[in-house]
Amino acid sequence: MKPAIDLAREAFFASNGLDEAQLAQVFGQLLTKDTTLADLYFQSARYESWGLEEGIIKSGSYSIEQGVGVRSVCGEQTGFAYSGEISFPALLESAKAARAISSAGQSGTVNTWRVATPSRALYAQDDPLASLSESDKIAFLREIDSIARATSPYVQQVMASIVAAHEIILIIDETGRMTADIRPLVRANVSVIVERKGQTESASSGGGGRFNLDFFTNGNKAQEYAEDAVRKALINLDAEAAPAGSMTVVLGNGWPGVLLHEAIGHGLEGDFNRKGTSAFAGRIGEQVAAKGITVVDDGTLDQRRGSLSVDDEGTQTQCTTLIEDGILKGYLYDRQNAALMGTQSTGNGRRQSYSNLPMPRMTNTYMRPGEYDPAEIIASVEKGIYAVNFSGGQVDITSGKFVFSASEAYQIENGKLGKPLKNATLIGNGPDVLTRVSMVGNDLQLDTGVGVCGKDGQSVPVGVGQPTLRIDGITVGGTAAA
Amino acid sequence: MIELENRFDVATEFQAMAERVLNAAKAKGATAAELEIDKGTGLSVEVRMGQVDKLQYHRDQGINLTVYFGHRKGFASTADFSPQALEDTLEAACRIARYTSEDDFNGLAEPEQMASAFPKLDLYHPWELDAPLAIETALQAEAVAREHDKRITNSEGAGVDSYAGLSLYANSHHFMGISHATRHSLSCAVVAQDGDSMQRDYWYSVSRVPGHLESADTVGAEAAQRAVRRLHARSLSTREAPVLFVPQLARGLIGNLAGAISGGSQYRKASFLLDSIGQQVFPDFVQLREDPLIPQALASRSYDAEGVATQQRDIVKDGIIQGYFLGSYSARKLGMTSTGNASGTSNLLLADTGVTFIDLLQQMGTGLMVTELIGSGVNGITGDYSRGAVGYWVENGMIVHPVEEVTIAGNLKDMFKGIVAIGDDVDERGSIRTGSILIDKMTIAGQ
Repeated sequence: MKPAIDLAREAFFASNGLDEAQLAQVFGQLLTKDTTLADLYFQSARYESWGLEEGIIKSGSYSIEQGVGVRSVCGEQTGFAYSGEISFPALLESAKAARAISSAGQSGTVNTWRVATPSRALYAQDDPLASLSESDKIAFLREIDSIARATSPYVQQVMASIVAAHEIILIIDETGRMTADIRPLVRANVSVIVERKGQTESASSGGGGRFNLDFFTNGNKAQEYAEDAVRKALINLDAEAAPAGSMTVVLGNGWPGVLLHEAIGHGLEGDFNRKGTSAFAGRIGEQVAAKGITVVDDGTLDQRRGSLSVDDEGTQTQCTTLIEDGILKGYLYDRQNAALMGTQSTGNGRRQSYSNLPMPRMTNTYMRPGEYDPAEIIASVEKGIYAVNFSGGQVDITSGKFVFSASEAYQIENGKLGKPLKNATLIGNGPDVLTRVSMVGNDLQLDTGVGVCGKDGQSVPVGVGQPTLRIDGITVGGTAAA
Repeated sequence: MIELENRFDVATEFQAMAERVLNAAKAKGATAAELEIDKGTGLSVEVRMGQVDKLQYHRDQGINLTVYFGHRKGFASTADFSPQALEDTLEAACRIARYTSEDDFNGLAEPEQMASAFPKLDLYHPWELDAPLAIETALQAEAVAREHDKRITNSEGAGVDSYAGLSLYANSHHFMGISHATRHSLSCAVVAQDGDSMQRDYWYSVSRVPGHLESADTVGAEAAQRAVRRLHARSLSTREAPVLFVPQLARGLIGNLAGAISGGSQYRKASFLLDSIGQQVFPDFVQLREDPLIPQALASRSYDAEGVATQQRDIVKDGIIQGYFLGSYSARKLGMTSTGNASGTSNLLLADTGVTFIDLLQQMGTGLMVTELIGSGVNGITGDYSRGAVGYWVENGMIVHPVEEVTIAGNLKDMFKGIVAIGDDVDERGSIRTGSILIDKMTIAGQ
């Protein structure tokens, strides 16, 4: 297999007639004596998706995106321009525009290039679009449809999709460092609508990661996702209104880790803390969680959706400890915020595409396991709710208030699981919620690979995870009296 | 100045490109094809704490191409306009169409529905804006906000955005439409702090016409006032109470209605308002109109994403649903006719009930005025609604204290039926224009 850097050079330089002497001229335009960092971000991406609905292959799409983003940073100030056309004149024009934040004249250039290769490969370079034939992609969707319909007579609608992306990234920074990354990403999703006696409910399931599409066909995922979606939808048919008020909540393992992402993760991103606009600003070294709680952001897990060999600034990703035994240890940094705060990037500089600026973003954020058996945690609750699946969440990082919505939840009474509940929204305070965790399970699990994180209008794939947790006192927004 | 260079030349070039692609599709055996070509340019500036934070130049372009082979359909898109890329994109769309299913409801919209009149919507107003002027404007907004109150201790910054775009849609019914449009905005977000309490809030102004934006002073002062008044917010005990949605949020309720009566959720039977045409969903004083032809408005268009003429029409009359939002696909599925909503809804206008915001507070008496909602707890299939809320507790028509960390919950069906009054304090900053909406009761969950 060719090294990623060679494939990237072919994709961006050879095919557009660019050479290193021209790149030197581009950096000559871009750099001034005020420049603290600068980079060119080349991206070429291909996406394909297929969708099934009403038993037929209703949609298919293919798209190509390509371009280069040019950034110039002077301390806190950033200039940025991008072009969908990769050519020497377009690069020069973008460099001039990006440099406009600096009042100083041009100075310096980059003439020596150095290839930085990450020390490990977290995913293969293969093109996932080509990893399965069209017929097999479609057969997978049809299989989901027939399994879902066979699972229950109440199934009215099945919507299934399969998506694959293949991206080539090349980052060249002001030191002449060139870093390439080739990134596969696939995802499958199934949503079902069930109806019984005029009552309608829905649910979805799915998974994915940075691997080939045969992950879905070799692993019997059609059955797993279809049955899971139908099971969750049927449970909602029997669900009753959730109670309203403050109560003990047990969170299931895996995807409910979206709590950590919203309540803790965003508030620990370096930009908000440099600016002092996060409820966690200036609190490193303080006790922000109960003892025994450790939370990390780990970009280095093999083939995970949130993983990256290098981030979008060419920094190798790492496992960053955010909270250790309850003490706040660190923030997540990109290059600019790290430099301004006198530290090193943690490999969390991420961007949606060449036409967006990088910012500190999470990768895979999870809590390390504790000692309790999950059954023991549920048994410990006299009255409360057990929430195992969520449809999403949001946080106000300044006030620290976060919300997330349960899509599968159950009542707990006298230590036993009771009837399913619907319409349970949890609301809490980020800096406070982990201090209320009284039991941490021994069953750490990561999500199945479906997370999308939005910030400043930019979406990036992320992973979350956690063991089963007991939280004493969190507000549940239902409609029934508690 | 943020303006498309030679936009009339570009339009001519795009017309020729569209014709070439449509002809090439025909040559490949496609029975029909349609495409959209977009190009835009923009400048956005963000300042923070009195200095430039980010200066960004935008330049975007893209082509979306759909081909039909009978009732099979393929879609491909590209940002590269070179002849080779167009050829590859067409090839990709044709390849996709070989694998999608025969679907009788697929195809272009009906030829007789293509727009033939193109009223002047006056959507293109470039701004004489360069980076220094954009920076100066943003700095002014932020400075006013920071000086407004000593409790404004920090800032997330202020921004100015300007964008000019051109969009062409053509299909093999020989329909071709071109629209030029601009969009400008000014925004400011600041942080207020007093003791342990820290709150952020923001304000913005948006318009197609630069001269219609609120002044930097107004935007800055409003952002500061809103952040300060949120300080020392507290939760409430769990209770039932009336809830007043301010216009920015009332818009969301109308958006929830639009989702429920869109063709897609109707034919999928995924709506809490299934088969609702002719049904009384609101009290009889509720009137909602769609008007796609308001000059300079943010969601004005004379034709939709399929070339179908848009219509001025009643959506809700005397509380009764009059029609759905349909594109050609969902219309055929439902045995109906496209309403020109393939691009979504146009301008939606909710009529007020002749009361001011102060009247509404008085009418509510004691309850929750909601100013911000977070979380995604709206279920379009069941109408179940449960979201995190921020706002103010009101007693005897007077604001008593700011509220946070509560949720409001109910069911949209009951909430719609429970509308008591609609204020005349209309917010014109979006595609949905409404005043504040007062709802008789919801469950508020807190500590």
